[in-house]
Amino acid sequence: MEINLPALFGQLLIGLINGSFYALLSLGLAVIFGMLNIINFAHGAQYMMGAFVAYFLLQFAGLNYWWALIVAPVIVGGVGILIERSLLQWLYKLDHLYGLLLTFGLALIIQGLFRHQYGSSGLPYQIPPQLTGVRDLGFTFLPNYRAWVVVFSLVVCFGTWYMIEKTRLGAYLRAATENPTLVRAFGINVPRMITLTYGFGVALAALAGVMAAPIYAVNPTMGADIIIVVFAVVVIGGMGSIMGAIVTGFGLGVVEGLTKYFFPEASNTVIFVIMVIVLVTRPAGLFGRAA
Amino acid sequence: MAQAVEQITAPTEASSHKSEMIAFAIMVLVLAVLPAFVYPPFLMKALCFALFACAFNLLIGYVGLLSFGHALYFGWASYFAAHLAKVGKISIPYWAGSWQWVTITNSPMVPELAIFLAVMGAAVLGFVAGSIAIRRQGIYFAMITLALAQMMYFFALQAPFTGGEDGIQPVPRGYLFGLFNLANERVMYVFVMVVFLLGFLLIYRVIHSPFGEVLKAIRENEQRAISLGYKTDRYKLVAFTLSAAIAGLAGAVKPFVVQNASLTDVHWSMSGEVVLMTLLGGLGTIFGPVLGAFTIIAMQNYLAGFGQWVTIIQGGIFVLCVLLFRRGIIGEIANLLRIRL
Repeated sequence: MEINLPALFGQLLIGLINGSFYALLSLGLAVIFGMLNIINFAHGAQYMMGAFVAYFLLQFAGLNYWWALIVAPVIVGGVGILIERSLLQWLYKLDHLYGLLLTFGLALIIQGLFRHQYGSSGLPYQIPPQLTGVRDLGFTFLPNYRAWVVVFSLVVCFGTWYMIEKTRLGAYLRAATENPTLVRAFGINVPRMITLTYGFGVALAALAGVMAAPIYAVNPTMGADIIIVVFAVVVIGGMGSIMGAIVTGFGLGVVEGLTKYFFPEASNTVIFVIMVIVLVTRPAGLFGRAA
Repeated sequence: MAQAVEQITAPTEASSHKSEMIAFAIMVLVLAVLPAFVYPPFLMKALCFALFACAFNLLIGYVGLLSFGHALYFGWASYFAAHLAKVGKISIPYWAGSWQWVTITNSPMVPELAIFLAVMGAAVLGFVAGSIAIRRQGIYFAMITLALAQMMYFFALQAPFTGGEDGIQPVPRGYLFGLFNLANERVMYVFVMVVFLLGFLLIYRVIHSPFGEVLKAIRENEQRAISLGYKTDRYKLVAFTLSAAIAGLAGAVKPFVVQNASLTDVHWSMSGEVVLMTLLGGLGTIFGPVLGAFTIIAMQNYLAGFGQWVTIIQGGIFVLCVLLFRRGIIGEIANLLRIRL
C-alpha cells in the first residue's frame, strides 16, 4: 500500500485536534467525578455553550477570540456553579446514577433551548487574524490555528495536572476526594471546594468549546455526539488518574485519525471497538485502579 | 437505586399480590376499552414502548443496573423484523480460500417468524453487550452500554440492509399464523395487546420467581450476594439478556404497527426516552413503566407541533423526577396507599 504522506499527516493532525478536545473534556469529567461522584452528562452541552458564548461575545460585545478564551469559561463556569448550588448539591447522598440522570435532563434542556433558538445549522466563527495562514513544513502544510489548538490544550492539560498533583490546593483537593469528613475537620471548607471544582470542570469544557468554534462552527448539537465518545475515552482510560485522562484523550484522537486514513469506514466506531477490547483484557481501564 | 425502592416493600406478600391482581385487571380492562375512545395506532405504538420500558425496568428496578443503551436491542430488533418481513434475505459469510457469502433464505417471512428471529437476534446482541458491560459496575456500566449502543448506531447507519437514513419501509403486515389479517386495524390491536400482556406477565413471573429474588438481593447488596455463594455475574448476564430479548420483542412488533423501521429507534435519544418513561412511572414498580410510556408518548403526540419544546419538557421532567419524585407516579401512589404496584 502506497502511503500518501500529506494526506496521512492531514488525518494525523485532525486526530490530534480531536484528541485535544477528548483530553480536555475527559479531564473535566474526571475532575468532577473525583470530587462530586457525578458523571456530568451535561458536559457536552457545556462545551457547546462555551462555543456559543464566544460567538455572542463577538457579535454583541465586540470581544474577540482572545477575550473569549478567558471570558467564556468564566461565564459558563459560573452557570455551572449555579447548577451545582441549585440542583446537584441535593444528590450527593444518593446513588451515583441519579447524578447521571439529572445532568442528562439538563443536557436535554440546554440543547433543546439552543436548537429552538438557533436551529441545527452551524453559525460561522472566524479564526483570529493572528492565527490565519499556514506554515510550510517541507512535506506538508500546517494551518497555524490547528497547531495553536494542539499546543494550547497541551498547556492547559498539563497545567491542570500540575495544579492537582503538585500544588497545595491540589493536595487539599485529592485529600477531600479520599476523605471529605477528615479534611473538613482540618478547617477546610469542603462544600465550597466541591462547588468550585464543578465550576472548574465546566469551565474546561467551555474552553474546549471556544477552541472548537473556529474549526467545527458553532452548532447546538456539537456536544451531543462528542460526549458519548468521551465517555468511551473515560472508560478506556479509567477515571482514577488525571494523566491517564490526558494521555488516553490524545492517544485515541491519533488512533481515530489513523483509522480515517487507513480504514475510513471504521473511523466512527474505532474508539468503541478499542473500548470493548480494553474491557475484555483490562476491565479496570488502562490507568484505572481495580474497583 | 436502593433508596427509591426500599419503602415499597413493606406490605405482606398476600396483600401485595391482591393489589397487583386488581391493578392488572384494571389495566387489561382499560386496554380493552380504550380503542373505542383513542386512536388505535397511537395506542399500539404506546403499547410497544410500554413493553420496552417494562423490559428496561427489569434491569434498573430489580437488578439495579442502569443500561443507557437499550435502544440498541429495541431498534435492531425493529430492523431485523422489518427486513425479514419485507425482504427476508439472510446471508452468512464462510471461508473458502477467500470470504464467500451463502444465502440461506431469500423470500419475505410470515410475521410470527420474523418477530421470533428478531427477538433471538436481540437476545444474542444483549448477551454479547451484557458480557462486556457487566465487567464494570455502577456508573461505568451506564457509560459502557451507552457507548456500545452508539457503536451499533453507526453500524445501522452504514449497514446495507437497514437503508441508512431512509430506513426500511413500507413493512407489510401480512397474515399472522396464516389466519389473522394484520392489515385489519382491530386484529392488529388485539395482536399488539396480547404480545404486550404476555411480555408483561413474563416479567412479572420472573420478578416473583426465586431467580428474581436473587436479582433483588444483587440490587440491595451485591457483595453480600456473592458471599452467600451466588455467581452474581451470571445472574446479571441472564437478566440483561432477558431484558434485551423483551426489549427486542417490543421493537420487533413496532415495524408492523408503524410500517417502517428507522434510525430514530437506535439513536441514543431513544435510550434516554425509555429511561425517562421508567423514571416518571416509577423505577422498580411493575405498572410504573406502562403509565410512564403512555404519558411520554401522549405528550410527544399532542405537543408534536411545538418542535424542540418536547425535548426541553422531557429534560425538565428528568430534573423534577430526580429532585422531587424519585419514586415516580406509581411509586408515590403505592407509597401513599401502602400497597405494592
